[in-house]
Amino acid sequence: MNRLQSVVILGATSAIATAVARELAEHGARLFLVARDGERLEPLLQDLRVRGDDASATRILGTTADLADVDAHADVWTQAQEALGDNIDAVLLAWGTLPDQDACNASVATTLEAIHVNGTSAIAFLAHIAPDFEQRGRGVIAAIGSVAGDRGRQSNYVYGTAKGMLATYLQGLRNRLFFSSVDVVTIKPGFVRTPMTEGFNRAGALWAEPETVARGIVKAMRRGRDVAYLPWIWWGIMTVIRLIPEYLFKRLKL
Amino acid sequence: MTTSWNRIPRVAHAAEVTLNRRGQPLPGASHPLLAYGLGRSYGDVCLNPGGSLLHTRDLDRFIAFDPDTGRITAEAGLTLDDLLRFAVPRGWFVPVVPGTRFVTLGGAVANDVHGKNHHHAGSFGEHVRAMTLRRSNGECLEVTPDDTPDWFAATVGGLGLTGLIETVTLQLVPVRTPWMRAWSQRFDSLDEFWELDARAEREWPYTVAWIDCLNPGPRGEVGRGIYSGARHATTAPARSQYREPRRAIPLDPPVSLVNRVTLRLFNQLYYRQSVHPTARAVHHLPWLFPLDAIRHWNRIYGYKGFYQYQCVLPPHAQKDGMQALLDGVAASGQGSFLAVLKRFGDRAGPGMLSFPRPGATLALDFPERGNETEHLFRRLDHIVQEAGGALYPAKDARMSPDLFRSGFPRWEEFASFVDPEFSSGFWRRVTK
Ligand SMILES: Cc1cc2nc3c(=O)[nH]c(=O)nc-3n(C[C@H](O)[C@H](O)[C@H](O)COP(=O)(O)OP(=O)(O)OC[C@H]3O[C@@H](n4cnc5c(N)ncnc54)[C@H](O)[C@@H]3O)c2cc1C
Repeated sequence: MNRLQSVVILGATSAIATAVARELAEHGARLFLVARDGERLEPLLQDLRVRGDDASATRILGTTADLADVDAHADVWTQAQEALGDNIDAVLLAWGTLPDQDACNASVATTLEAIHVNGTSAIAFLAHIAPDFEQRGRGVIAAIGSVAGDRGRQSNYVYGTAKGMLATYLQGLRNRLFFSSVDVVTIKPGFVRTPMTEGFNRAGALWAEPETVARGIVKAMRRGRDVAYLPWIWWGIMTVIRLIPEYLFKRLKL
Repeated sequence: MTTSWNRIPRVAHAAEVTLNRRGQPLPGASHPLLAYGLGRSYGDVCLNPGGSLLHTRDLDRFIAFDPDTGRITAEAGLTLDDLLRFAVPRGWFVPVVPGTRFVTLGGAVANDVHGKNHHHAGSFGEHVRAMTLRRSNGECLEVTPDDTPDWFAATVGGLGLTGLIETVTLQLVPVRTPWMRAWSQRFDSLDEFWELDARAEREWPYTVAWIDCLNPGPRGEVGRGIYSGARHATTAPARSQYREPRRAIPLDPPVSLVNRVTLRLFNQLYYRQSVHPTARAVHHLPWLFPLDAIRHWNRIYGYKGFYQYQCVLPPHAQKDGMQALLDGVAASGQGSFLAVLKRFGDRAGPGMLSFPRPGATLALDFPERGNETEHLFRRLDHIVQEAGGALYPAKDARMSPDLFRSGFPRWEEFASFVDPEFSSGFWRRVTK
């Protein structure tokens, strides 16, 4: 069981990350939150301080940074370590955007930017912090991927490509850090009711609430699970989807 | 499609926007705006056909809490469920809760909701110490009962029409444990109810009665039921683990499961349930929110939905009036699942349109059966209006403008506080 007493959350104002932060704050954790938009980060920090009984704002801290900007990573990580000390238990990577596939189809630049925000920028951050975890020989690194990364579909394969790349990177990192007793957790949520999916028709049993997914994430991080499909039913769905032979799959309108 | 809890009416909105931070400018209105919390109202008070709905569920952040005084400030989309989860372990409780905890602070203010402890604690609005109100012109008003009493009286019970409530400051009440002490007792007629109530209300801060409005009591008149009272316990029972059961109605049955046969059966069973004349320990969740244990229970009425009919009758007319209402329901043969009868305390709500007021309130649920149902409602309306009573806007999809005006005589005064860009299906209907 990993301790989750001092945790860094990156991309903290996303609905899923917010729900994770709340759950951890309620259990008295020390948190360092990073988000791009200060106007949204401040009220969240305030909320977490109330939930975490941290009236003096000593345990729940944060900073603003654009994590798509790889040059900012070193500074963000230094600030996190200054805020929480050297014994950071866990890091959760949760930033990302849901690109519009049609816009990507129409623009190479949009495609590459989407892959950078959801893929390479996350990999850059992981590459930056991995040596520290390796050296300390404990802790957990978790990152939010997506079931979309399991198979490319015409409706969102740019997003899927970035998340698939991230998943493969995490797989390798998991293998590397295994020998330093660091857990690397790949989170693969299915459909979640968040502002990111606002425009979708979200009726139906497959749509989960961010709080449900957050509980799953915290549990997977505590247990140091390798890959967590959330909710678990997506493991079954994606297994079936992966098994469809390509010559059939390419004919489907998915 | 966004509906209210009873799924009547089914209407289309021009736009639905989820607000996610305070201070966010409201969408420019080419059509009227209205805030929507968790849609636990029945009818069209939270609907805005052809207009825009502003979903507040992401405005759910805590802002400040003083553990010494129990004063809490939070965004208006925070649910009472979240608030109770936060407050109870810290020894505080929400002063007034309706029969479900899945409502938002904003929704609780806008309907000035009441609980089973009205005779003891008044309505929700009495415990609100401050609010911020965003108007469509971009202004943000700081509303308090002392400094801006007129805006306060308009916004509490203001049916979401004075603007968007962004934050609410609420005074919580201290409790020692999550547990309550509760008792219950059968009664055979309304006369017995009034007697029981007169004795119980002084000693028990929470009281309520369920009435079987299908089956007559031994003396032949409709009005038998079960009376219960409760208070917060000072100590927890020895084995004090409680886990709320999680059941849900998984999907919409094609037709209403509530019909004459199931109703009669249910009411018989309900009346026969075991009662506990001496007080025992119960957890606050099942006692205060019995229906919350079954998620989506509104689905039992099928796709067509149902109505709730809730009225209040003033003290001088309450006894005869309640009997007349129950007799009317029995005679119609339509029956209600369970009727809830509760005597309000002797204070009017703080809002110009507050529903709670001295007298007694009765709430009835009916499956939608078209003309037959409307016919019954007209009969009940007549009794209510004759008695000088009112219907609860939060539970209404059909009252006439005339009945609204007689039940809420301050409506014209209120109208001058309505935000010019805000409106609702309810408001357009009753001010027609
Ligand atoms: C099972 C059940 C039991 C109930 N028991 C009771 C009871 O015992 N007593 C009682 O009084 N009521 C009761 N109710 C009704 C319920 O408490 C009210 O309808 C409540 O207002 C619903 O809150 P909501 O957040 O779902 O608001 P909604 O239903 O979404 O909206 C209600 C009103 O509030 C306005 N509103 C919501 N948020 C804001 C905001 N931020 N700013 C401005 N206006 C806003 C809306 O415009 C609308 O006019 C019950 C309902 C159910 C389903």
